Parts: sequence; structure tokens; C-alpha cells
Amino acid sequence: MRFALFLGCNIPVRLKHYESASRAVLRELDVELVDIAEFNCCGYPLRNIDLKAFVLSSARNLALAERQNLNIIILCKCGYGTLRMADYLLREDARLREDVNRILAKEGLSYNADIQVKHILSVLFNDVGIGVIKEKITRPYENLKIATHYGCHALRPSNIVQFDDPVAPSLFDQLVEVTGAESVDWSTKLDCCGGPLLGTNDELSLDFTEKKLADARMAGAHYLTTGCTFCQVQFDSVQKMMATEKGTNHHVPSILYPQLLGLCMGIDKDVLGLDSNQIDITGIEGFLVPEPLAESG
Amino acid sequence: MLYTIALYTSLAIFVAGLIYRISNWFRYSIGKDAADITASTRVSAAVGGIASTIFSAKIGILLKVFLLDVLLQTWLLKKDFLRWLAHICIYVGFILLLLMHGLDKLITSVVFDNYYSTLNPFMFLRDFFGLVVIVGVGIAIYRRLLSKGPRPQSTGVDYYAIIILAVIMISGVILEGTKIVSNSRYQEMVDEYAGLDEEETEDLMALGAYWVQKFGVVSPDIKGPFDKNTLQQGKQLHEMSCAECHSRPQWAFMGYGASRVMSPMASLLDRANIRTLLWYIHFLACFFGMAYLPFSKFFHIFSTPVYLLANAVKKEGKSDPANMATMRAIEMDACTHCGDCTTRCSVAVAFNEISNPNILPHEKLAAFRRLLSGRGLSKKTLMAIQEGSYICTDCHRCTDVCPIGINLEDLWLNLKAHLAELGYTKPEAWAREAMGAEFNLVKLKDKTLSLTPVDKGFVGELTGSAQASTFSVCFGCQTCTNVCPVVGNYENPKESLGLLPHEIMHCLALKHKELALGSRMLWDCVTCYVCQEHCPQGVRVTDVLYQLKNLALKHLKEKAA
Ligand code: HEC
Repeated sequence: MRFALFLGCNIPVRLKHYESASRAVLRELDVELVDIAEFNCCGYPLRNIDLKAFVLSSARNLALAERQNLNIIILCKCGYGTLRMADYLLREDARLREDVNRILAKEGLSYNADIQVKHILSVLFNDVGIGVIKEKITRPYENLKIATHYGCHALRPSNIVQFDDPVAPSLFDQLVEVTGAESVDWSTKLDCCGGPLLGTNDELSLDFTEKKLADARMAGAHYLTTGCTFCQVQFDSVQKMMATEKGTNHHVPSILYPQLLGLCMGIDKDVLGLDSNQIDITGIEGFLVPEPLAESG
Repeated sequence: MLYTIALYTSLAIFVAGLIYRISNWFRYSIGKDAADITASTRVSAAVGGIASTIFSAKIGILLKVFLLDVLLQTWLLKKDFLRWLAHICIYVGFILLLLMHGLDKLITSVVFDNYYSTLNPFMFLRDFFGLVVIVGVGIAIYRRLLSKGPRPQSTGVDYYAIIILAVIMISGVILEGTKIVSNSRYQEMVDEYAGLDEEETEDLMALGAYWVQKFGVVSPDIKGPFDKNTLQQGKQLHEMSCAECHSRPQWAFMGYGASRVMSPMASLLDRANIRTLLWYIHFLACFFGMAYLPFSKFFHIFSTPVYLLANAVKKEGKSDPANMATMRAIEMDACTHCGDCTTRCSVAVAFNEISNPNILPHEKLAAFRRLLSGRGLSKKTLMAIQEGSYICTDCHRCTDVCPIGINLEDLWLNLKAHLAELGYTKPEAWAREAMGAEFNLVKLKDKTLSLTPVDKGFVGELTGSAQASTFSVCFGCQTCTNVCPVVGNYENPKESLGLLPHEIMHCLALKHKELALGSRMLWDCVTCYVCQEHCPQGVRVTDVLYQLKNLALKHLKEKAA
């Protein structure tokens, strides 16, 4: 299993631990990652501004991966939604594809819609499989309640992103439960984190975050878990900011899924960057069963 | 006369230019902490900083940086050998030419008491240094032609500097060539140094023959082939009167090459006095280059070394804030416009669709400098800088790759703060206000709106894309609005949002551009795609809103133009 790893702009600067945790977990699960240094912006920040610029930006990444005959694995859901959307538009609209390819040709690139874009969670679920993951878990959690946050841009529009059932998804819950944790029921599970409006309408953005945090707390969750750059920033840095500046603290820190999984696979917590989150999550180690499971034949 | 006037004028402009550019380092205020520090405080902090560095152990660091980074440019060598070679050739060759040839009266003739420009090694070295510069330029051009990727054309400013350099080099070589073949120059020399009377025709012939044969002079009346004795006699005369100052012109290989090309038309050139004309071109180009230097890309000859030295001894967080403010201003000038940042830029690819150079970091920095210079910029220009600043994803790649280590990321944050002070915030937030103010029909509750389409072309722009044209199948069930979490967030959503999603779809059916584009809902859409997912008719509601935002921003841009 080989993928081109697409990190995007934010992870290498602001969420380095998401990268290191993902790499560690995927290595354990025999997923080989190829780095393509020429990758550029996924196109997401350009969507409000110019459709063609966004598609071009995405297409260049798709073309770079296609040149090496690799499918893309991506850690961010906004990036995932964007690359999928661009891929869809390029398949749907031959003229758009022609225009984009004319520009890409200047660099000797072209995109022929020959690869797939997958989110890390669907790689873990569909390509690796729950069974294989389960075998790698040495020290599961007990009594840990997790609020699983799906993320809009992975779920919708479902005909384009094809991640899971948009109304009753279960992929992420199953990935959480394989660690021994309980994925709690919470009513705003599929709602937006508020991230896309940060910087444009902060008040509205924080309203969303606030609602979700309160709901997760109500459902009894100890932690939230995410699989997206923007959601994580919202539930980690922004939640911390809300606690200090607005004085509203819901005490539901957010942990990135590869951190959650990696810990019970016995991966070193420094590699997982447990100390790198804005809100302290190291307490989660207390939920691991005291004794590692006996090596099963 | 002209020479002296030109020299002093350009020297004056050069010095004034340097003072102006350096004064900017103390005047430009970048960043919050810089605002409260006066220029004079910054000057004294800088003087104090320099003094305390020089008289401390840090002088060692400075010397090391000066040798390795400024003179040898090891940072560039580590990055890219060819580029280093090109740069070293151009700058070493040019400096040596300047010192040995340009300033010969001040330097070379003082250091070497046997200095004559026509005597080796000086004659050879002049051409050799010239060749080194030309090789450097050649490598640079070759690299540029090879390089692919989203690298934009250099801007005009870069070309001026290179053109001036080319004029200086080319006119110099041709001038040398015309002098070698020039008969009148030869005659002047003979009159001055040969000590022969006009009657001594045989000697004059012999010397002439020798110079025509061996030194490439083209004479109208002395032509070969010459017999051995004449040449022998000429050689003796030459050794007596001329050899002291003259090596064979072949040593000046470029000038000699040019002289061979020109030899068939030598008398013509001589009569027309092309030599003098070339001399004027040559020195005027030099002086012009000198006067222009502080205002051109070549100012980095001064600013970049200063930056490298200062950067080596500064301590993040510990240095005097006044000096940090000055450093940021120097950073702006230390940029050599090499474009590495742009080659690595994560969003540079967008420049192919949005032809705004401010998307590209090396251009954006230049724009920031224009902004700081205090010249009133037009709304259009400011909007372009705003767009460039916010398309940037703060990915830090430009900063990581900058060969001289400018903290570009920090400058971008400051640029955004600067723009915000001028009222240019994030385009989405800014457009919400601007569009709302322009198309305020939503607010006029009691006004009856005409149903005739306000702008027929408008809907055409939407139906152009397959996803946006889906609005036409909307049958008004309002599901989109009912499931929208943004709408759900407000007690009185119409008050806050203007039009609600289903109403926007209606406006499109009515071709009512003003209503659709003026609604705040566009910018408050959180893009969660719930509406689109639930639409029973398959209207791509979120994507339509995206398209409307594109149109609104385009509209604002066109309006400012
Ligand atoms: C005291 C030193 C000196 C002596 C002696 C001298 N020259 Fe020159 N000559 C020069 C210099 C210096 C130049 C270059 C002046 C310039 O750059 O325009 C020159 C230039 C020339 C040139 C023009 C070609 C060129 O490369 O610039 C000719 C021809 C020439 N000399 C011939 C002679 C002849 C013939 C004699 C002997 C009778 C002679 N010179 C003696 C110093 C001298």
C-alpha cells in the first residue's frame, strides 16, 4: 500500500504532531508514504475567491501524484473535500479540464483523472481494515468516552466526497471503538466546528464551536477526537483561547485520531506529540489498561 | 567638462540616494512595537548597537560572516552551485573592474607606479575581469531559460539594471577595439612619444609598419606586406619610445577581437570619430548606473551585507526593540528579488488564473515597500495587495527558503496588520460590508422591487458553470434554509443575514443580481454543505453561494479599476 502524503500548508507549521503521529501509525500498519515536495496549496482557501484558481491549484497536486502513479492520502478534511471536489469538477467538465491542463502543461504536467484521493480515516478503515488495526493494539483504553467529530467536508456533499453515509455515518465511530474507547452519542456529532468562518465572522464561528463543546460535555465525553487540521485547530487552540479570553471552559480537549490510536498501539508519546497540543491531553494515558495485552498468537 | 559635470552630478545623486534609502531603515515603521519608537531613538539605538558589537567578542562573528557570507557567499554555494558561480562571477568581476579600471587614477596608479592601462598585466586583466562578468551573466541567463515552474517574468526594474550593466560592458569592449585600430590615436601617440620629426619619414614608416603589423593599427597609407628590415627598424623604434607603456593588444582579447571585426571600416569609424562617441556612452552609462544604483535592485549590494551582518549578531527577543524595528525595515531592502520564495510558494500557482502579482511573495514584498514609502496608493492597488496578502496560507515555506534568511512570514503578518489599519481586512469580511453597503436593497423593507432583471448578463455568469446553474431547478421548498445551521443560530435570521439561502435561489431565478450579491448570508455561510446534501432537487446550494462570492469579489475588483 503506497500513497503520496499530502500535508497541505498548515500541518507542517502549526500541527507538526499530526504529521508525526500519522506517519508513525501508518508505518506500523505497513502503509508506505511518499513525499512530494512540489505539492502546493490544496486550493481550499481560494474557493471563496476564484473557482478556476482553486481547481487549478488542486489539479496541480493531483497531477503531481498522478505522474508518480500514486493515490493521495490526506490528513485534513477541508483539503480532502477540496481535492475531491476539484477531481469531480475536472471529470465532469471536459472544457475546464482542458483549460487547466493547458496551464499545467507549462510545467510538463497534466491531470487525466486517473488517481484517487483518500482521507487517512478511510485508508485506515477501508484499506487497512479494523481487523488489522485491532491486532496491533497492545494496550486498549477502558472507561474512556470519546466524542467523535466527523467534519463537514468529509461527509458532504456525499455524492462527491464518498466518505461514508452522510446521515448515519459509522466509519469514524468504529475506528474509535477499536481502541477500546466508547464513541458517545451526541446530537451535534455531524455539525460544523465553525472553523471556516474564523477570521471572517469570529462571533459566529465561536458560536458553533461553543455549541459542539457544550454538547460533547453533556454527552459525558472526556475528549473530542478529530481527523482534520481545521477542526483540530478549532477545538484545540480556539477552545483554549475561548477559555482564557471568554472564560467559557467546557473541558473537552481534542485529540487527533492518530494520537488516540497510536497511544494504544504502544507508539512513543513523544512521536505522537502528546505534549504539542495546546490543551493538555496527557491525562488520556490514565485510561489505558494497566497491563499490556498478552501477545496473541 | 561634460565628464566632470556628469561625474559630480551622478556622485551627488548616488550619495543622496544612499542617504535616502538608509534613512528609510529608521523611518519605516513595521509592526506594533515599532509605532511608538521615533526615528532618532532608532538611530541612536543602532549606533549604540554597532559600537557595542564592534568592541566586543562579537566582532569575531562579524568577521566570519563578512568573509563567508558576504564575500564568499557560502549560503548560496550550499544551495545551488551554478547560481553561486553566476553571482560570484558578476560581482567579483565587476568589483575588480571598478577598482582596477574605473578608479585607476585613485587606486591602481597609486599602488603600482608602472601602471598603464595598455601594459600587462593590467591590459589583460581588464579584459579578463570583463569576461568574468559576461560569463556570470551568461550562466544567469542560461539558468533562467532552463528553470520551469510558476516563476513570473522579472519586472521592468530588474531589466533596467541589467541593461545598464550590458551597455557599460559592451561599449567598453567596442571602445577598446576602436582605439586599437584608430590611426588618429596612433598619430597623436607618435607625436607625443616617438620624438621623430616629420622629415624622418623612413623612421615614421618603419614604426608605422611595426604597429600596423603587430599592434593592429589600421592606417590609410601604411599597408603591408612589409619587408624584414623595415619591421626590424620599427621594432627598435618601438622599444625605444613605446614599449615601456605598451604590451601587444592581443592581450586585451575582447577589445582586440572587436578591433579585428572593425578593421575593414576602421578609417570610416576614425573619421566619424566614433571613438569619442563610444567614450561618452561608456562613461555616461557608468555614471548613470552609479546614480541609479541606490534606487535599483543593485542597492542590495549594500543592504544585503548589512542585513546579513546585523542578523548574525541579533538576539531574538533580547535585542533592543528599536533595533528590531530597524532590522525589519532593512529586511525590506535586503531582498534581492531572487524569486526563490515564489518558486517555493504554496499559492503561486494561482497567479495563472488571478493575474495579481501580489500573490507572489517577492512581488508582495516590493508592494509592502511601496506601501510603507507613504506614497498614496490607489484603492485598486490596495485591494490587489489585500488579495495577495490573504491568498497567502502562511505556510512558512518562503521564510524557510529565503537564501539570506529574511523572516518573510513575520513581514506578512505585519503587512496584514498594516492593511487592516487602512481598512483593508480579510477580503471575505471586507466584501460583506462593501457589498452590503452598495446593494442595500435587502434593508429597504418597504420598497417595492421591480421584477425586471437588473442585470441580464449576471445569470449568464452563473449558468456558465455546471454546478451553479443548478439553481434553476429550485422549487421553493425551503429545505435549505430549514436545515442551515447558520440560519438556526439566529433568533431573527433575516435581520442578521439579509437573504436566507432559499431566497437567494429565488433571486437568481428572478435574475436579481443586486439582491443576491448584497446578502450577508453569502459570507456567513459556513460551507458545511448540509443544505446541498438535503436539497430534494439536487440544487448545489453551497456551490452556488461559492460562485456568488466569486462574482461579488470580481465585481468589487472591477469597480475599483
Ligand atoms: C607613457 C606611456 C605611453 C607611451 C610611452 C606610449 N603610449 Fe601609447 N598609450 C598609452 C596609454 C595609457 C594609452 C591608452 C590611453 C587611453 O586609454 O585612451 C595609449 C594608447 C595608445 C594607442 C591606442 C590603442 C589603445 O589600446 O588605447 C595607440 C595606437 C598608441 N598608444 C600608440 C603608441 C605609440 C606608437 C607609442 C610610441 C611612439 C606610444 N603609444 C607610446 C601610453 C603610452
